[in-house]
Amino acid sequence: MTAVAPGARTRRGRSGPRLRRAAVGWGFALPFTALFVVFLAGPVLASLLMSFTDLRSADVRNPFAVNIVGLRNYVRLFEDELFVKAAVNTAIFVLLGVPLTMVAGLAAALGLNSGLTRLRTVFRVGYYLPVVTSIVAVAVVWRFLLQPDSGLVESLLRLVGLDGPNWLGRSDLALPSLIVMAAWRNLGYQMVIFLAGLQAIPQHLYEAARLDGASGWQQFRYVTLPSLRPTLLFVGVIATIGYLQFFEEPLVMTRGGPLNSTLSVSYHIYNQFGFGNYGYASAMSYLLFVAIVLLSILWFRLLRSSEEVSR
Amino acid sequence: MTTPATKARPPVAKPPGSPGGPARRPVRRRRDRVATVVLHVLLVAGLLAMVGPFLWMLLSSFKSEAEIRLVPATWWPEQFTLANYRELFGRLDFPTYFFNSALVATLVTLGNLVFCSAVGYALTKLRFPGRRALFGLVLGSVMVPSMVTFVPLFVLIANLGLTNTYAALVLPFLAGALGAFLMRQFMFSIPDELVESARVDGASELRIFVRIVLPLCRPALAALGILTFLAHWNSFIWPLVVATTEDKYTLPVALALYSVGQNQIKFGLLLAGSVVVVLPVVIVFIVLQRHFVRGIATTGLK
Repeated sequence: MTAVAPGARTRRGRSGPRLRRAAVGWGFALPFTALFVVFLAGPVLASLLMSFTDLRSADVRNPFAVNIVGLRNYVRLFEDELFVKAAVNTAIFVLLGVPLTMVAGLAAALGLNSGLTRLRTVFRVGYYLPVVTSIVAVAVVWRFLLQPDSGLVESLLRLVGLDGPNWLGRSDLALPSLIVMAAWRNLGYQMVIFLAGLQAIPQHLYEAARLDGASGWQQFRYVTLPSLRPTLLFVGVIATIGYLQFFEEPLVMTRGGPLNSTLSVSYHIYNQFGFGNYGYASAMSYLLFVAIVLLSILWFRLLRSSEEVSR
Repeated sequence: MTTPATKARPPVAKPPGSPGGPARRPVRRRRDRVATVVLHVLLVAGLLAMVGPFLWMLLSSFKSEAEIRLVPATWWPEQFTLANYRELFGRLDFPTYFFNSALVATLVTLGNLVFCSAVGYALTKLRFPGRRALFGLVLGSVMVPSMVTFVPLFVLIANLGLTNTYAALVLPFLAGALGAFLMRQFMFSIPDELVESARVDGASELRIFVRIVLPLCRPALAALGILTFLAHWNSFIWPLVVATTEDKYTLPVALALYSVGQNQIKFGLLLAGSVVVVLPVVIVFIVLQRHFVRGIATTGLK
């Protein structure tokens, strides 16, 4: 299905009649558009429609013969204690995870950007490594590292005379452990974007600041941070969108436990899908979608106002 | 690491503490050196924290099960053994999973390269009705969480009778919104005059696209190709749901299913399996990291 349609007949291109131009344009765009509509745009719409029905796994072969239940699925969400728990966990994950990852990513970028030249590639590759590796493999290793008695983290803590807890087995520590792991896994990605942002800051700004006697911290505070604001906000949007959907970490590390302390909204959707409650799962996924759109709009507002300020 | 001889030179890129008034210079310089040492120590510690787990995984995959279980945990294998790998590729069906992962990731990557670059060409160099609407649709879908399409996609695949086929693993991902966005952004930087003059010379649009525009897009294609391949090599949730028999498992799915519950296999096998999942992408990443970093820095695509 490659773009063969705009073949030999369109030799005169733009000078040809309108119809031919449309045919050529859609000839290039159609393969993508068809796949895109069938497998992405269509399902997005279908999901919305499903969320107003009582579609269950038994109806899969006949998805149009279901009852319309209006907003009942959405009302049910707020009576679902597990959903509320999952929403709170997800909020904590975003509120703690996004800043933690951004601070770590920025710190790594600043470190690599200041003077380290020869070994920069080695460091960049190393810090980026967790980003490109499969979460399943990461989970295999981390579950072992975090083991209460024999894990490497435990032996490191013993070196300084501490006794490590059962990180993933305690309901108050499992979520924080996953947050730290997510930060570890994603900071390399942010570091690369921050590095690009840092390198785009004109050197003369620093020279001027130095002439004015600005200290290192003052240069960071009054030159680096303001210049980096668009980058910060971009990274913030991407991290927020990603972390709102966090799911793979608890799936492979804790199965949502202990006591649902690491159950996330996406995980709950996945479970409801597994139980066959398709309509309900769709309603939940739409609520997540709305949350993502609202938070993104918030970030973009911030982005725009900050650009106005810096000009 | 900076040598002592360079200490007199002002720090290179963006010094945290830089020479102030001439009177205080010696103090500052010593403080700079301390700062540099501290910085390097921190960076190396960070590097160990990032790479250490993978290093341990690689080393331990050559240990016997008993040695892996030693308390306290050790780093260097006392006795190197390939037993884990032998079992992985002999008793377990890791060759099949490896093949499935490679096939799915390759097909998805090829699809995205072809379809996204074609639509990018249409969106930047051709005028046709519906162009703006199409771009709006693509842009609007970037924010859609994967869970939204999950259930309808599953229903669709089931109704098409495609459950547990390669088609189910590949088809839904052949045309990604981010890829289209990336190609469109890049093709904007290709001057329209180039395309126009080729048209005047009588070249067909297909010929212009293949012979002129695509070769100029090599950096964008490289970035898109690598990123798509990695994302789908590691892809996990969707294959976990639609691949229902072992002959269709991808590597992450097999590893996930073998790592918990009744199917759980020995830890050494899990570590060796993780190495098999991770090593190809690490090699690809190290070899191609220039394209990679450039692609990420310019698009934000992961």
